[in-house]
Amino acid sequence: MADVNRGNRPLSPFMLGQYYRPQMTSISSIMVRITGIASLGTAVLLVLWLLAAATSDGAFNVIDGILGSFIGDILMLLATWAIWYHVLGRLRHVIWDFGYAVELDISEKMGAIMFIGATVMAILTVIIV
Amino acid sequence: MVQFSLPKNSRITTGKTWPKPDGATNVRKFQIYRWSPEDGANPRVDTYFLDMDKCGPMVLDALIKIKNEIDPTLTFRRSCREGICGSCAMNIDGINTLACIYGLDEITGDVKIYPLPHMPVVKDLIPDLTHFYAQHASIMPWLETKTNRPAKEWRQSIEDRKKLDGLYECVMCASCSTACPSYWWNGDRYLGPAALLHAYRWIIDSRDEATGERLDQLEDPFKLYRCHTIMNCTKTCPKGLNPANAIAQIKKMMVERAV
Repeated sequence: MADVNRGNRPLSPFMLGQYYRPQMTSISSIMVRITGIASLGTAVLLVLWLLAAATSDGAFNVIDGILGSFIGDILMLLATWAIWYHVLGRLRHVIWDFGYAVELDISEKMGAIMFIGATVMAILTVIIV
Repeated sequence: MVQFSLPKNSRITTGKTWPKPDGATNVRKFQIYRWSPEDGANPRVDTYFLDMDKCGPMVLDALIKIKNEIDPTLTFRRSCREGICGSCAMNIDGINTLACIYGLDEITGDVKIYPLPHMPVVKDLIPDLTHFYAQHASIMPWLETKTNRPAKEWRQSIEDRKKLDGLYECVMCASCSTACPSYWWNGDRYLGPAALLHAYRWIIDSRDEATGERLDQLEDPFKLYRCHTIMNCTKTCPKGLNPANAIAQIKKMMVERAV
């Protein structure tokens, strides 16, 4: 009887949020991944801007207009936050990879610092630049 | 592969609501995952009500009470009822833990109980752990020696024995591995925190003479390096162990022997 229906066994639910509680551990980690991918998008946008500048006045004005608009400003602010978050997240990985601080308490604190730090650094960047 | 939804045959439907106990004042609601291989239906969540004035303090007490008094078909693993056998690991209130040592008072609101996440379900709260055990077996969980057997026993200094603290206590309940998003998505090839913690337990055992072979075996993009130090494993371990650190130390040894 033990082997009844082995081929059609359902997969137990797992999704973060709905079935698995979101925690600093998983959220701070997945945000490093998300900000990394988002930063790639930002890089594409900047290359597009440079390409447009090298192509023609008209093309440059279109892209520059999008990036300089209100939506463009919001996008660049988010991108700045994402880059800072990603940098801090990777810094945490460097510390871990040397074998230090792989403890729950300190790792969760570093996660909180990544969120706060990225916000502070993004604001500073906007003020300075 | 990254996956965000359940396959068709695994989607959960609303199940049966069982009657409330008569004359009880302190009633608590339990929502429990059910699936039977016999009726061909999708999994469902059944609702039970228990009189908390007549129920023990732990989640396992509640499950046993439901099975004894309301619904004898409710199926789950349990044995020691004191956190040493690792049988009753399940997803309770959104985290993986042992039902026998998790207090009902640690949960606010309704009690939601599911099987360990992202595993094939045998029945109700029982996941199929065949692959999980095979991964444990693959790391050679035994003392591997090459020199001649000593006359009496393999000896170890007090300091070297201390290195095994925090590792030997693992009861193989699978809470950590099934809490790991990387294991959900790459569990076919990634060994997961439990197996890797056991791997490290033998790698740093001063009596073991196969350290090189053990590291060789783990030098693999998936087996070891799908760990991204998410630390859901350490967060959830019902025994308070730190598999994330064991894995980090293995990665460090990999670098140290290469440079």
